[in-house]
Amino acid sequence: MGFLEELRALFPPGRLLTKEAELAPYESDALTAYRKRPLAVVLPQRKEEVVEAVRLCHRHGVPFVARGSGTSLSGGSLPVEGGLVIALNRMNRILRLDPKARIAVVEPGVVNLEVSRAAAPYGLYYAPDPSSQPISTIGGNVAFNSGGAHCLKYGMTANHVLGLEVVTPEGEVVRLGGEGLEGVGPDLHGFFVGTEGLLGVALEVTLRLLPKPEAYHTLLAAYGSLEAAGETVSRILRQGLLPGAIEIMDRLAIEAAEAAVKAGYPRAEALLIVELEGPREEVAEEARVLEALIRESGAQEVRVARDEAERQAIWKGRKAAFSAVGRLSPDYIVQDGVVPRSRLAEALREIGRLSQAYGLRVANVFHAGDGNLHPLVLYDGKKPGELERAEALAGEILRLCIQLGGSLTGEHGIGVEKKAYMPEMFAKEDLEAMERVKRALDPKGLANRGKVLPEVAHGRG
Amino acid sequence: MAGVRPERVAEVQEAVRLHPRLRPRGGGTKPALSTPREGEVALDLSGLRGILAYEPEEFVFTAYAGTPLQEVEEALKAHGQYLPFHPPLAGRGATLGGTVAAGLSGPLRARYGGVRDFLLGVRFVDGEGRLVRGGGQVVKNAAGFPFHRLMVGALGAFGVMVELSFKVFPRPQATRTLRVEMESLEAALEALERLRLLPLDLLALDLVPPGRLEIRLGGFPESLRSRLERLQALLGREGEVLEEDEAHWEAVRDLAFLEESPIWAKVPAGLALIPRLEGLPLGPRRYLDGGEVLYAGLDGEGLEALRREGLPYLVLKGAEDPLFPPPPAPFFHRLKEALDPRSRFPLG
Repeated sequence: MGFLEELRALFPPGRLLTKEAELAPYESDALTAYRKRPLAVVLPQRKEEVVEAVRLCHRHGVPFVARGSGTSLSGGSLPVEGGLVIALNRMNRILRLDPKARIAVVEPGVVNLEVSRAAAPYGLYYAPDPSSQPISTIGGNVAFNSGGAHCLKYGMTANHVLGLEVVTPEGEVVRLGGEGLEGVGPDLHGFFVGTEGLLGVALEVTLRLLPKPEAYHTLLAAYGSLEAAGETVSRILRQGLLPGAIEIMDRLAIEAAEAAVKAGYPRAEALLIVELEGPREEVAEEARVLEALIRESGAQEVRVARDEAERQAIWKGRKAAFSAVGRLSPDYIVQDGVVPRSRLAEALREIGRLSQAYGLRVANVFHAGDGNLHPLVLYDGKKPGELERAEALAGEILRLCIQLGGSLTGEHGIGVEKKAYMPEMFAKEDLEAMERVKRALDPKGLANRGKVLPEVAHGRG
Repeated sequence: MAGVRPERVAEVQEAVRLHPRLRPRGGGTKPALSTPREGEVALDLSGLRGILAYEPEEFVFTAYAGTPLQEVEEALKAHGQYLPFHPPLAGRGATLGGTVAAGLSGPLRARYGGVRDFLLGVRFVDGEGRLVRGGGQVVKNAAGFPFHRLMVGALGAFGVMVELSFKVFPRPQATRTLRVEMESLEAALEALERLRLLPLDLLALDLVPPGRLEIRLGGFPESLRSRLERLQALLGREGEVLEEDEAHWEAVRDLAFLEESPIWAKVPAGLALIPRLEGLPLGPRRYLDGGEVLYAGLDGEGLEALRREGLPYLVLKGAEDPLFPPPPAPFFHRLKEALDPRSRFPLG
């Protein structure tokens, strides 16, 4: 039997898509500049179906890409031409939520925010909060080691995954990790998180839940320059404070947010948002320290949220910034390189210079606490050559992050978009080690083929 | 006993290429893991020590794997920072590399997480003598396969760590400890369950069975008193308050309570498992982080009991075969094949 016939035997017609019109929505993810036509899409409802699909791919040598909501900004869930897409959105059950153990066991298609919703009645929540959290799925978050605004204090997805059930590219089902915060033996589940689907598909994920902070103190400060906002971040951290989130937006991003959601932000060159969280007595003490420091920081305007509604108002514009920037320009590329925090000002100056040199606008919204930049390079894909220019500019920004001692990506992953830059961050030996691991677990190279690893592992120096 | 003591990374690579079977050793504080077996050459990494980069403002440092924890902690303390995962056995000479290889965290893990949550990057020598880097030196990074996380708890199976980067945090300005005695294990577990669900930001939450709870708070001196009172009200008892608690917790993390026991083991626990563990013939012991992990002193009978019950453990001292159960084949073996094809390292 051929591959498609066998698929038909496994999946009923409504859950096996092969017609052109049905396949179209799966041809790309949030990195819309790339499109690939898969041979078919399957929509499994149970993990056994995922396992069968992977085994079938292995038997026939057909490459496959597992995907959730397709929010990858790095093209991580771009299909392989002629391959199979395993769309996991229908595997969206929270299998078990155990407040006593402070864990949730979920299927990969569960939407990130749903976990916190389900945990809320127990006073618990799931900490990683990528901006995509109302849409993106836990399976995708696991593959890409998603971050969010709270990574300095709480870490990334890998720090919140306690255990995984995985089907390897050869169709074997393995359990990695467990249900507790401490295990013994190699941290294989920790290793799996962030391998972008190259080593298999997560079938079941055990997440740690945390008690929701008792009190918040959210502050917004406006500055005359990005540097002044960045310098304030340094002073906050030098002071020994550990805010839950520290965010900065530049003028273009502020204007976009205003236009989109009328956040009521002050007009300024830079906005700084700082949020303290913890027990109320502790937050009150920290807030005193923070406010004294902000008073001396040269802020043009300072607002402190007095209640939850005002807190949400401060966050509203920040959370909307990405989609808002979309209104300023027909197309944009968003990068998420990381620089050491002390090099932030330098990085932003250089990005400004590059923006002028390339004649393209760049909006900046970033997680200042962890040095994770999010420059949005605005372009018009209909103008000849503009996409290429935007990509070249984005590439320069990535190189800059590497030169400053940072990383190509803080949370979006390498995907297809940044794999060509891997040799600038990693040496030949590093890339070859990744390739050896890939080959050992996936000798036929089927799982998410064409992602992360550059075509030739020539590597840096 | 034959051994090598490299002082440079290139010497580690040479040693790996030269010897068919190696057993890395840092401070030797966990002899069950670092003592060479028949046919193995001891690879003493204590010569590969020192902090390579430390930017207090970045909350990040990089050091050679053989660096003693004490050396690191002194440097951090000078800038008001600390290792929040509170690595055990620091006072006995444990190193960064040994801590990562064993995957150990101390009582203060309750606040921000364990060693796996603070490790940012690694350089290691694989089984063919190649120097490989994973992760990075920034607090947020999602580029490439995370080899650093693979090192945690792997007992050196995939390579010899030579350099490690960690995230660090500001040290709490002041601390205070509340010690309460509950009338029974059941009552103590009930209290633990309640405390675990509350946003109290406890630095440590230990159970010393059957009924003693030791709870450590950290933060601004001004806020500690009222947080402590809230805790006392929650538990419905005054307990005993330790104003000066540093020495106590240092002794705990150095596992002083295991001193007299022939075998030292780490046992993953959790509230649901504690009653079962308490039915086994275990010696002096303490559950850390709201009951998540047990450090126990035991004898051969206790170890046998754990194994019979199918309960995973890692022996730090006093047993030949330290890890139960073995890592999950085939996933583990494929990785091992990729990074240590000649099985030079432990867990071959």
